[in-house]
Amino acid sequence: MPMMKASPRDLFPGALEMMILESLRRQPAHGYALVQHIQQRSNNLLQVEEGSLYPALQRLLKAKLVKAAWGVSSTNRRVRTYQITPSGLRYLEQQISSFARMFEGIALVLNPEQSPAS
Amino acid sequence: MDWIPSIFRRRALYDDLNEEIRLHIEERTELLMRQGLSAAEAEREARRAFGNRTLIEERSREVWQWPMLESAWGDMRLAIRQMRRSPGFTFAAMLTLALAIGANAVVFGVLNRIILHPLDVPDSKSLYAFETAETQIGHQSYPDYLDFRARNRSFEDLAAFGISQAVLDSGKNPARAWAYETSGNYFDVLRIEPYLGRVFHANDERGPNSAPYVVLSYAYWRNHFQADHGVVGRKVLVNKHPFTVIGVAPPAFEGTLLFFTPDCFVPIVNRNQIDDGNQLSERGTRIIWEPFGHLKPGVTETQALADLSSIGSYLEATYPKEDGHKNFALIRPGFPNYLGRPLRAFVAGLMLLAGLILLAACANLGGLFAAKAADRSREVALRLALGSSRRRILRQLLTEALLISLAGGAAGLLVSAVLLRRLNAWHPFPDLALHVPASLDGSVYLAALALALISGFLFGIVPVRQVMCANPYGIVKAGPTGATGRRVTLREVLLVVQIAICGLLVTSSMVAVRGLMRSLHGNFGFELRNAMVVGVDMKMAGYAGDRVTALEEEMIGAVKTIPGVEQSALVNNPPLVAGGGWTMNVFKDETRDLGPSNVATTSFQYYISPEYFRAAGTALLSGRAFTLQDDKNAPLVAVINQEFARRIFGSEREVLGRYFKSADGTRRQVVGIVEDGRYFNFSEAQQPAVFLPMLQTTPLNSVWLVVRSNRDPQQLATDMRTKLRALDAGLPLEIETWTKGMDFALFPSRMATVCLGVMGLLGAVLSITGIFGMAAYTVSKRLKELGIRVALGAQPSEVLLTALGRALKVLALGSAGGLVLGIMASRVLAHIVFQASPRDPFVLAGVVLAMSLLGLLATWVPAQRALSADPLILLREE
Repeated sequence: MPMMKASPRDLFPGALEMMILESLRRQPAHGYALVQHIQQRSNNLLQVEEGSLYPALQRLLKAKLVKAAWGVSSTNRRVRTYQITPSGLRYLEQQISSFARMFEGIALVLNPEQSPAS
Repeated sequence: MDWIPSIFRRRALYDDLNEEIRLHIEERTELLMRQGLSAAEAEREARRAFGNRTLIEERSREVWQWPMLESAWGDMRLAIRQMRRSPGFTFAAMLTLALAIGANAVVFGVLNRIILHPLDVPDSKSLYAFETAETQIGHQSYPDYLDFRARNRSFEDLAAFGISQAVLDSGKNPARAWAYETSGNYFDVLRIEPYLGRVFHANDERGPNSAPYVVLSYAYWRNHFQADHGVVGRKVLVNKHPFTVIGVAPPAFEGTLLFFTPDCFVPIVNRNQIDDGNQLSERGTRIIWEPFGHLKPGVTETQALADLSSIGSYLEATYPKEDGHKNFALIRPGFPNYLGRPLRAFVAGLMLLAGLILLAACANLGGLFAAKAADRSREVALRLALGSSRRRILRQLLTEALLISLAGGAAGLLVSAVLLRRLNAWHPFPDLALHVPASLDGSVYLAALALALISGFLFGIVPVRQVMCANPYGIVKAGPTGATGRRVTLREVLLVVQIAICGLLVTSSMVAVRGLMRSLHGNFGFELRNAMVVGVDMKMAGYAGDRVTALEEEMIGAVKTIPGVEQSALVNNPPLVAGGGWTMNVFKDETRDLGPSNVATTSFQYYISPEYFRAAGTALLSGRAFTLQDDKNAPLVAVINQEFARRIFGSEREVLGRYFKSADGTRRQVVGIVEDGRYFNFSEAQQPAVFLPMLQTTPLNSVWLVVRSNRDPQQLATDMRTKLRALDAGLPLEIETWTKGMDFALFPSRMATVCLGVMGLLGAVLSITGIFGMAAYTVSKRLKELGIRVALGAQPSEVLLTALGRALKVLALGSAGGLVLGIMASRVLAHIVFQASPRDPFVLAGVVLAMSLLGLLATWVPAQRALSADPLILLREE
């Protein structure tokens, strides 16, 4: 059967990684929990395909921005828990500030009548 | 670098990933079940929410890979599996490419060596020789060369060489060897270092016969001195004169004349010991081939030509009798334009044909690949439906194409390597140092690789559109349909192009073969059948002066006593044998100033004994032949051919009794006219020729006997050898039929014919596979339809027309195109192959016949299959 998912908009490159890192900064988590967390925090506005998390996680692992370890969760499940590394933290901060600037810029272009002071 | 351990860690990484994803889906499923879904529903929902698991795992893994390389490896393994599944197709495709790429590599190997790197010496870019612009021949006399060397301001130094055959005696087995007689600076101008010992230098030249040194060529040293490193310093005899071997030339150096590799090098100041006479001081005797040297830095070609031109004017003014020409052209050493131009054109043409073969092969394979992709449309559709990306599928198809093309290219290169090596070692004429250089170096490998890749892409992209437009639902639902027979497909267009190319190849090879056949049966101005020639070198046996004349008479007499010999006579050099003979400048009788600018014509010149015309079978049209009375004491006479009469006297009538002059001012009276003939080669324009009595010149110590007899050539040769050896056991003899003696003159057209024949054959093979592929494919696709037609009462002929009509139409269209192209291309051929005329009914009929035969051959199996279509069995299958 066709998988004609009505995905209104793709995330921009790097956005998913940023959200993962942000979630992990709050607390270490395994893949499933990360998906739940991101969807809840975005009020389900972001329809992230669950699977797409994993390539992103592999990229972060490879860049040594997160590390992973097998363990047992609070619900007594075998899980692979991801944890942000110090270099991951640094990277996240850089990304957030540059993203904030970019977002501000986009907002200004889209809503020119709002004064920049607001 | 951390990628090395990562290769070993990777398996663990992938396992982790796989497990993680499995647990993810499990956790989701459990949650959904707790929300009230059934186990099956929950699992399906969990999977749906997760997305395309395979694709995601693949993408996750790619993070750890060198992305292109490794997925290419995966593609390759899949491609190999696919190829194994259809070995017949794979084999046919590889064979096609191996043939095409092999042909290209061979031609390129020759082109690379002959045209691109004719002279493999340091700084060959600034190395130039010069020739006379009008005659395209660069020969100079030794005194003229010395003047050019001393007076020019454009060349760093000028080197020169002549060629002679000499007997080289190293103590055991005296044998003929080809020697370059070189100026002392020859090796220094070329900037060549010896392989062993030393080479001679300018300061070795201290007057005539002052430098009795020999430098051996590498090949000759290996073959005749067993690569003995102690050869330096050894004494040898060159034409019975003592010389010292001082060194061995490097292996890569094959002399400075294309196709003509010397056995040894001797200083030209010692020429008088090798050749008779005193040609070094004769300004009119042009024994030097093109002088050559490096242009000084900053000197342009135009400046050099102007410089040479002024020297030419000086020479003309100072020596009006000997020197006339003053316009020069710069050429590559050993590459005179009269040879270089047609050769370049021919090799380039051959390369073009080889390229066309490859193109035809690509069209052929492109068609096959498109057919295969169509057959696999269901698989492709399934893969698309399962979420594979189109790019991935295309990459897969392309990988398969490239794999086949690379394997085919490798096989082709292997074959061509063998061929090139054999070509390089090939000496078509044992007594001539003729040799076709060909190289197998990096550039050939590179060219083959490039061709393989290009052709892989070419035929690999043919099915791209098909895949890009594939609609998975349609194909999966409908299954493969027999919906052909509609508009013209790309495959058919490709096939028409391919067959047109093959038709072109077949046509041109037929034109060449036909031209060669005609040239063998043409009129040469002498009778080839039952004629043998015997080269006798009395010089090497030590004869001179009157002893020569005496021996010559004895030889004629001795041969005539052999039973079965009808005639025997002497000639200095038979036409079409060993270079075709000498030439002389002829002046009209009324000309006073016999300078080079007043030459009426340059004619072939033959010194003959009285019975030559009868021995050679040359028809005497009017007047008389010579007798023994036409000797030194009698008036000077000549027999001319028709062309000579036309050029000197304006017509062939009322010529007898008239006079002409030669350069030294002697007048000769015409006493007879003989028929025109061929003298130098087959494709020459009609040349004038003049025959002079041998008794009216200084005795020639190197002559040929022409013998007419209807006996078996081999027996006759044995008898003649016995008889002649009885006169002098030390006479070097060269006995062969006249036809065999013409091998050299025939060589260019033979080579051309062989090359074109091979190309034609390749073209034919390709068109068979192309038509066969198409016909077989159509029949297999439409077998069901054909079965129904048979069931409804179609006649065999109707079935065949349905099944093969299109293939035959394609064949007819392509052949017609090829024929037209071939006829156009044959104009080029006429330069090389004698009487190559495409407007020859034999050729036209031959091409049509050949193409129909090819069509019949190619469609035979598919036709049988179509005829045997059994409606019952076919319909039951559904």
